[in-house]
Order: sequence, then C-alpha cells, then structure tokens
Amino acid sequence: MSDVWLVLGGTLTGAVGPGISVLYATYGELITERAGRINLGTEGSMLMGACFGFIVTVETGSVTVGVFAAMAAGAGLSMVMAYLVIYRDTNQLATGFALTLFGAGITAYAGRGYVDSIIGGLNPISIPLLSEIPKLGQALFQQDILAYIAYVLGPLLFLGLHYTRAGLSLKAVGESIEVAFAAGRNPHVIQIAALAAGGALAGLGGAQLSLGLTHTWSEGMTVGRGFVAVGLVIFAIWSPLRAMVGAFLFGGAIGLQLQLQTVGAPVSPFILDMLPYLIILFVMALWSRASARAMPEGLKGVLKATT
Amino acid sequence: MNQPISLQQAQGFAFAFTNHPAGRSVIAIIFAFVVFAIFIAVIGRDPIEIYTKMFEGTLGSKVGLSEVGVRMIPFVLTALAAAIPARVGLINVGGEGQLYIGAWAATGVALYVDIGTIWLMLPAMAIAGFLGGAIWGGIAILLRHWRNVNEVISTLLSNYVAILFVNFFVFGAWKNPTGFGYPYTSNFEFESILPSIFDTRLHLGLVLPIIGIIATYLFLSRTRWGANMRAVGGNPDAARRRGIPVLRYIIIAMLVGGGLAGLAGMSEVSGIQHHLRPGISNNLGFMGFLASWMANHNPIAIIGTSFLIAAIVVGGDILQFSGDLPSAAMLILIGLVLFSVLGFRRLERKAE
Repeated sequence: MSDVWLVLGGTLTGAVGPGISVLYATYGELITERAGRINLGTEGSMLMGACFGFIVTVETGSVTVGVFAAMAAGAGLSMVMAYLVIYRDTNQLATGFALTLFGAGITAYAGRGYVDSIIGGLNPISIPLLSEIPKLGQALFQQDILAYIAYVLGPLLFLGLHYTRAGLSLKAVGESIEVAFAAGRNPHVIQIAALAAGGALAGLGGAQLSLGLTHTWSEGMTVGRGFVAVGLVIFAIWSPLRAMVGAFLFGGAIGLQLQLQTVGAPVSPFILDMLPYLIILFVMALWSRASARAMPEGLKGVLKATT
Repeated sequence: MNQPISLQQAQGFAFAFTNHPAGRSVIAIIFAFVVFAIFIAVIGRDPIEIYTKMFEGTLGSKVGLSEVGVRMIPFVLTALAAAIPARVGLINVGGEGQLYIGAWAATGVALYVDIGTIWLMLPAMAIAGFLGGAIWGGIAILLRHWRNVNEVISTLLSNYVAILFVNFFVFGAWKNPTGFGYPYTSNFEFESILPSIFDTRLHLGLVLPIIGIIATYLFLSRTRWGANMRAVGGNPDAARRRGIPVLRYIIIAMLVGGGLAGLAGMSEVSGIQHHLRPGISNNLGFMGFLASWMANHNPIAIIGTSFLIAAIVVGGDILQFSGDLPSAAMLILIGLVLFSVLGFRRLERKAE
C-alpha cells in the first residue's frame, strides 16, 4: 500500500508543473472562443512562445524579457489568424491548423542553434507557511512565479467575464455579432483583441514549458498541448474555473505517467504516454452534453457535434 | 487581319483571369513564393539561387519528377481522407494517425501472416491498411454520435495516440531481433513490397491515388449518393427531412476517408520504407489535410495541390541535403501558400 501512496503523492507534485502550461493555453483559447472564434493555431502559438521565450532569454540573459517576448510571439502568430478569418473570411479550422504547422516551421528554423543552450530560467519560489502544508503544500506552493499567476488568473478571468463591461462585450460578440454590433459594440475590434489575448496566453504557456518546467528548447516540444487546450475549453464549458480542473487533470495524467515510470511499473512508457490524451478524450466524452448546451452561439456553426 | 489585342481585350482577359478561382489560386501561390523570397533574402540568402536549386531538383529532371510523384502518393490519399468527410460536413484532422495505423496493420500482415504469393499478399496488406485507418477514423464517429465529442478534437488528439501506438510495437514486440537495437521491424520479404515502376523510385502504389481520385470524382459528381452527400454536408436537417439516411452517410464518409489515409500508410511501408519504424509519416497526413483545403475539397484540384506540396517538400529535402536551408523552412512556405490561397479566395457577399 505504501507504494500507492508514494505514487499518488508524486503524481500530485508532478501534476502542477505540466498542468500550468496547458492552463495558460486553455485560458487563452477560452477568451478567444468566448468571442466566437476557435483557434487551432493555439498549438503554434505555444511553440512560438516556448521557442522565442527561450531564445530571447539566452540572448538577453533576462528571463523576464524572455517571458514578454514569448507573449509577443504567441500573439503575433494569432494576429495572422485574426486578419485571415476576420477580414478574408477564411475557414477558421483550416487557417488555425495551417498556422500551427507554420509556427512549427518557424520555431524549428529559428530554434536550431539553441537546442543545447543552458539557461537559468524560472525557478521555484516557496511561499512561507503554505508550502509547509503536508503533501499539498509542496505540490502547489513550491512553484515558479508563472504558476502563482495562473492560480490567480482563473478567478480573475471568471470575475472579468461575468462582471466587467469588457467581459460582457466579449460574450455578447460570441453570442451574436449582429446583436453586439446593434448594441454599439465593435465586433471586429473585440475579436481581434480576444485572438491577441489568446495567442499571448498560449505563448506564455509555451514559455512556462521551456523556461520553467524543462529549461530547454526542443523542436515540437509542446506535442499537442495546444490542441489539448482546445479540447479542455469545451470540457470546461467555457468557464475559467473548470478550465483549472481540466488542466490539472491533464497535468495529473503526466505526473502519474512519470511516477509510474519512476517506480518501474511493468507497462511500456509508450502506453503511459498515451494517458494524457486518452484522459482528455474520456472526460470530454463524459461531460459532453453539458458543453453542448453552454456553447457560445457563434461557435455552433463550427463546432457542431450532432447531426 | 490579325489585330494586336486591344487594351480592352487585355483588361477583359486579366479580369477573367483574376476572377476565375484557378486564376486567383495561381496569383495567390505566386504571392506566397514572393513573400517566402523576402524571407530568404532577410536571412541573408539569395532567393533566385534557392528557387533555382529547388526547381532543378524537382521539376527540372527525371529523377526529381519521379521523386515528386513518389511524394504525391500519400499526399493525394490523405487529402482525399479530408475531402470525402468534408463533403458531409465532417472535419477529419486525423489523417496522420490513420496513416500510422494503416501502416501498422499492413506491416502486421506482411510480417506475421503467411500468405506466400505477392498476388495475394499486396491486396491483403492494402485491405489491412484500409481497415486499420477506417477503424481509427471510425472511433471519432463513435465519440461524436454517442458522446457529442466534436470530431476535430478527437481526430487531432488521436494522432498523438496513434504515433505512440506504433512506437509501442516497433520499440517492443515487433523490434527486429537482428537490428542492432534500432527501433525497426524486420525488413519485408519480396512478396510484401510494392514493385518499382519505370526504373525509378516510383512504385506500384501509384495506382492507389489514381483510382482514388477517379473513383471519388465519379462517385461525388455522377451518382445520386454523391449528391446526397452534398445535401448532408449542406444542411443535415433538410437532408433528413428528404429521407436521406444522414448518419449512414456520415459513418461511410469517415470510414472511407480514414481507410484512404490507412492506404497511404500501407503504401509508405510497402513501397518506400520496407519496414515499420517511428516517424514514418513526418506530417504527411497534416499536409494532405492542407492540400484538401487548398483544393476546396475538389478531387481533381487535389491533384494540383498535392503536386505543389510534394514539389515543395522534395525541393526542401534538396535544400536540406545541400545545406542551404533546413527542411523545416518548407513548413513555412507551405503555410504561406495555404494562407495566401485561402485569403485570395473571392469574398462571397453574405446575405444579411
């Protein structure tokens, strides 16, 4: 039995780190989708953030500058998306997906010389008292600064969405562009801002991966986390608080997989690596009907799942 | 007699060209190559030299052309894997994973089923590849129909699962015992290999995309079922009221699409690799998806877009080999071409 507790404890500790990067991307995609757009380029924006955050940190020696560069890189990619889908009326799914391959190409090219670079990166900061809570404290309160920002950002986004004018405008555009326009809002500006915020947050998620979690850059290092985020937004029923649950579930799957590998469980690592993806599909299937009801009207044309 | 064409005629011709979808696509592709030329110049290389090398290595020689043909095989098949489901309104972003599973199933037959003669072996492998891809794609339809999970997400995520699934076998039970520890399966025997044709790297797998294109084109444009598929994709509720079995069309379209991507996997292992190893695809399925969107899911236009993407990829390999540019740069060019082709499409005035 003690083995089980060891694995569970390790899983908890290991869940937060990998969960944070996906959480940022999920926040970002959530904002974008609330404005009635779906961005499959989130995966590309994460890669851009991971890569350019790392490069700028190496070149400037400042991880703070690196983090801001990551947000700019992620947002830059999503601006291509904004121009094409809003002003050229291209298909969102195809454009976003092409943007991901485009971002993969740019980062593979730009990051070639940095694969072996060593950085200080973001390091864990212990929160006094809180980090001494048995088990939970170490998992939650001995993390890097981006993790703490992510904890606070979820509730803030929740409040912002429901109780501020900007949040209400965002939701209004996501429900109906025509009605929002008639109510005196500028739908294009709001959607562009939402895509920019989405890209920047995805870039931040990528930066957490390269600067915080691994302290390295490698080609294609996000392995689908951006797509996972798109799925998690649906699982989260477009709520930032549920997004936190989803992201830590994904992180937990990665933590569990690492723990099982450490204790030498007699299962192939390749099967264990499937766990995070399978768990996301599983929870999406479990809660799908609630999601279908809560979906913003503006997404229903794109993300229909019943015929 | 023969008057030189007047300005009005020239303008009329230019107008017709820029208004025709194919004409606009050509302009869009040229635009993308110009933008990429600027990128090449910015990184301090000579765009003319780079494009010349790409052209000579692809369209400028018999070897280059045959190499482009070899690459077109999986692109056409995975493009059809996106185009056929798109006809009924499904987005299949899982061509990559379906290709892997098809390759896995075909390899299983080649290595572990004792058939003996090439005349039975190759069809058996093709059937296995098709079924593998079809079943993998079918899972997305199961999730969609019973659990409301959108197929975009399920097909996307299943790609990563499929790649790990293949790794599980080639690093484990199927690893070649005499392969010095490399994660390859044993090499295929003669009867499991698609024979090469015209004394080039082109192989008999070429018949798969040719049949695929012709059959898809005839089916979609000449049969009642093809018209019904369009009705399902346009407005499923209206189609249902007209008595069309909507779900049946959705299931079949996805199974056929997944199956064709699976055939691409069979053709890759049997025609090119002659064993199964990790990373056999390297984005083939993803680029097929883009080829289908670039062609607006039209099977005839897919020949053109697959050719273009194949030429870019082969050109990229040449540049990688000569040390001019890493092949990853070609993903940038392919992305630019797609953005440009989609962006140059005529904006339809939406009925407000």
